[in-house]
Amino acid sequence: MRKYAMVIDQRRCVACMACVVACKKENDVPPGQFRTRVIEKVEGVFPEVRMELRSELCNHCENPPCVYNCPTGASYKRKEDGLILLKKYRCVGCKSCLAACPYDARYINEKKGFADKCTLCEHRIKEGKEPACVATCVGKSRIFGDLDDPKSPVSIALKENHSEVLLAGAGTKPRVHYIKIFSKPE
Amino acid sequence: MTAKFSRRTFFKTSGLVSAGIAATSMLPDKFLLWAEEKGMLQASQIPTYCEICFWKCGALAKVINGKVVKLEGNPAHPGSRGKLCGRGNGGTGLLYDPNRLKTPLINTGTRGEGKYKKASWDEALNFTAERMTKIAKKYGPESMAIFTPTDHFLPLISAFGSPNVGMPSFAQCRGPRDVGLELTFGDSIGSPERLDMLNSKVVVLLGSHLGENMHNSQVQDFVESIGRGAKYIVVDPRFSIAAGKAVKWLPIRPATDMALILAWIHIIISEELYDKEYISRYATGLDELRTAVRDYTPEWAAKETDLKAADIIETAHMLGRRAPAVCIHPGRHATWYGDDVQRTRALGILMALLGSWGREGGAFFATKASFPKVASKPYPEPSRPALNLGGYPFAGGEGVTQAIRTATITGKPYPIKGWFVSGTNLLKALPNQKETMEAIKQLDLLVAVDVMPFDTVMMADVILPECSYLERHDALAVGKGKSLTVSLRQPVIEPMYESKPAWWIAKELSKRLGLASYFPWNTYEDKIKSQCSLWGINYDELKKVGTITIPDSSNPYITPLNQPEFKTASGKIELYSHELKEKGFDPIPVYTSHEKPEPDEFRLIYGRHAVHTFSRTTNNPELHELYPENEVWINATKAHSLGIKNGSYVTLINQDDVKISHIKVKATERIREDCVYMVHGFGTTSKELKKAFAKGGDDQGLVTKYAVDPICGGTGMRVNFVRIGKETINA
Repeated sequence: MRKYAMVIDQRRCVACMACVVACKKENDVPPGQFRTRVIEKVEGVFPEVRMELRSELCNHCENPPCVYNCPTGASYKRKEDGLILLKKYRCVGCKSCLAACPYDARYINEKKGFADKCTLCEHRIKEGKEPACVATCVGKSRIFGDLDDPKSPVSIALKENHSEVLLAGAGTKPRVHYIKIFSKPE
Repeated sequence: MTAKFSRRTFFKTSGLVSAGIAATSMLPDKFLLWAEEKGMLQASQIPTYCEICFWKCGALAKVINGKVVKLEGNPAHPGSRGKLCGRGNGGTGLLYDPNRLKTPLINTGTRGEGKYKKASWDEALNFTAERMTKIAKKYGPESMAIFTPTDHFLPLISAFGSPNVGMPSFAQCRGPRDVGLELTFGDSIGSPERLDMLNSKVVVLLGSHLGENMHNSQVQDFVESIGRGAKYIVVDPRFSIAAGKAVKWLPIRPATDMALILAWIHIIISEELYDKEYISRYATGLDELRTAVRDYTPEWAAKETDLKAADIIETAHMLGRRAPAVCIHPGRHATWYGDDVQRTRALGILMALLGSWGREGGAFFATKASFPKVASKPYPEPSRPALNLGGYPFAGGEGVTQAIRTATITGKPYPIKGWFVSGTNLLKALPNQKETMEAIKQLDLLVAVDVMPFDTVMMADVILPECSYLERHDALAVGKGKSLTVSLRQPVIEPMYESKPAWWIAKELSKRLGLASYFPWNTYEDKIKSQCSLWGINYDELKKVGTITIPDSSNPYITPLNQPEFKTASGKIELYSHELKEKGFDPIPVYTSHEKPEPDEFRLIYGRHAVHTFSRTTNNPELHELYPENEVWINATKAHSLGIKNGSYVTLINQDDVKISHIKVKATERIREDCVYMVHGFGTTSKELKKAFAKGGDDQGLVTKYAVDPICGGTGMRVNFVRIGKETINA
């Protein structure tokens, strides 16, 4: 079995938005909507300032509230690799998943009436390519791979560094991991 | 007669095939991608190179059924290495921007009124050629100036007989930097800069906000070097993206940078941290330098720069102890305060003392390999001298734009009556828009060649619509980094609307001006092919891969066998410049204190945003939605004390009472209290840019004052002060 995941090394992100634009083009995301974004968070008072740049996207949770809350069975977790995907023909656009997702990762495609979100570019993975955001990431901040493969770039990155997930307390067990500033203590 | 109909011929005869194609071209990209995945449509990957900025990254265009659905980086290209930045990814936004210039246009109203009639190419080209000929007859061919001499229009204007070419990239951008480094090392740093950041232990960014300044491969090096443990010292009044990655952020008082650099030099010399062997072997003027910087102590600099003396000393030690693997980034847009050549000289001297020029982790040497020059018909010698050096002794490069502007206004020493403007938005690029408008009033002809109806385009008498970079051939791009590369720009789809490639426009104009012999080829592709055969490049291969790297064995660093050559007057690195002394300038940089803002004023500083290239991308739908309007950054504490809320709209009024209204406030801890910051390029006045029109504020509108560098003519533009006025009605 595969366990696809993403690691975001925030030390290497410069908020250039290449991922955001590449994702939109790759997946034909409607104007004004996004499957991924980059957040700027500033702490402190001049001149003692710290800044966090954080790419956010669907966390492809192991405990996906969007799937649990979908009344039609449109949202599902794919057995073979754990990706959270959507059968568009079953979606009625009720927005339960939007409300359930603690990461604000979903949107309703207004033109077509279904919920939509990041698929980790499942169509590209199938062809042996990286997701579009990873492929274009100028800082190599986004890292993609299979957690079940100890030699994959994600496994290596997680082994070598301390990492966190977003809203760990929500119990969703996200598969997007963040490397902030500090390496693993030696 | 029995006709045999296959399904295919039936479609053909009934016209359904063409109807089908017309319909698919309107289908969303996702469907096309899906159809391609299912094997219903064939996607082609066509290599070319990007033009959303000037880094010229290799790109692969994915084209399905005549539509460009996606752009990706070309792994073979050294500028992109398989990755495009946000802007490069958004290149299709330019291609499919509904506001593109679609047909030639001739002005029917008064200039600048924006009243145009559609014209045929023949009409528009005849109009242009007739007016140009008239100017040449009445005033001489030198009275026709060109802004941004491209590969196509520079030959045209040179053949026409005018030497008056100007490009804002010199006097409004890199000029002082290049001149400063040339005076010191006999060579500039190139573009892309030959910086060995990947191998640096310490990097200084002084006025370079990499990450917001998205120079693809350089940003890749920047981030990779951080990954490898390089320590960044970022000098910036603003907590830039790069400052966020730095071990040391020095929030310097704007306009005092030279004090910091001179203090670093002072410490490095007085504590003997400089590379003695390197300096004694390659440099001249150390004794004079030692005397000249004697008083530039860290304590003195601390007062000037509003930094702590201890920080200045600590950072100097970081530099000295890690030398020579120290990269001093000389910046790019260097036209700040009018003493910019001297500031770059100071940076160059610092590089020399650290021995980092020509060393691993510092600045490397470009490959010695090169391509043979392509012979062309010699251009006529102009009978009057060029005005584009403006009398500045070290002006050069792409010319001093504002000197041409001044001559246009005054008519002296001879009149300039025609402007040929291509690929630059002069109203946004040059300081003091009033002067630009005044000059435009004096013209008999203003021709604009562009893809989009930018501000300056909308002032033109005749507009010639160029197709975008994805629809045309351009000159081969030769890259000189550690190795020599050649890249091809080729059309990935046919030109849309009635737009035409610039080479075609230039060639057609040449016919009408009797200059056809300067364009002795049928298509630009023919020209490229013959160039390739001269250079020993397989054109078919180049067409397929986009970029070819020529293998060579040049060593990028100084070694006992690879000794550097300095093309200065003395043949050495000039810490003390005899050339400057001769022309009456300081041979060693001297600190000058610049005017400071009054208590109710802020110094206006400006820069870039990662998804925009000046004003050129502001209407691009794919980039516009990420950053539709710029903001004015105000220190949060200061804003609070003035009662200005984050997200509210204010008016900015400069020292000459020029006002821009309705700009959004970004109240942030990321900037000093004595300055405000804006992303450059917004607030267009062109109503034809439906998305960008009147969005954000035009920083250049507030730059009415500029300090000209007497050495090279660069226009220092960070010398304007603004006051903030609250707006009563919020949008």
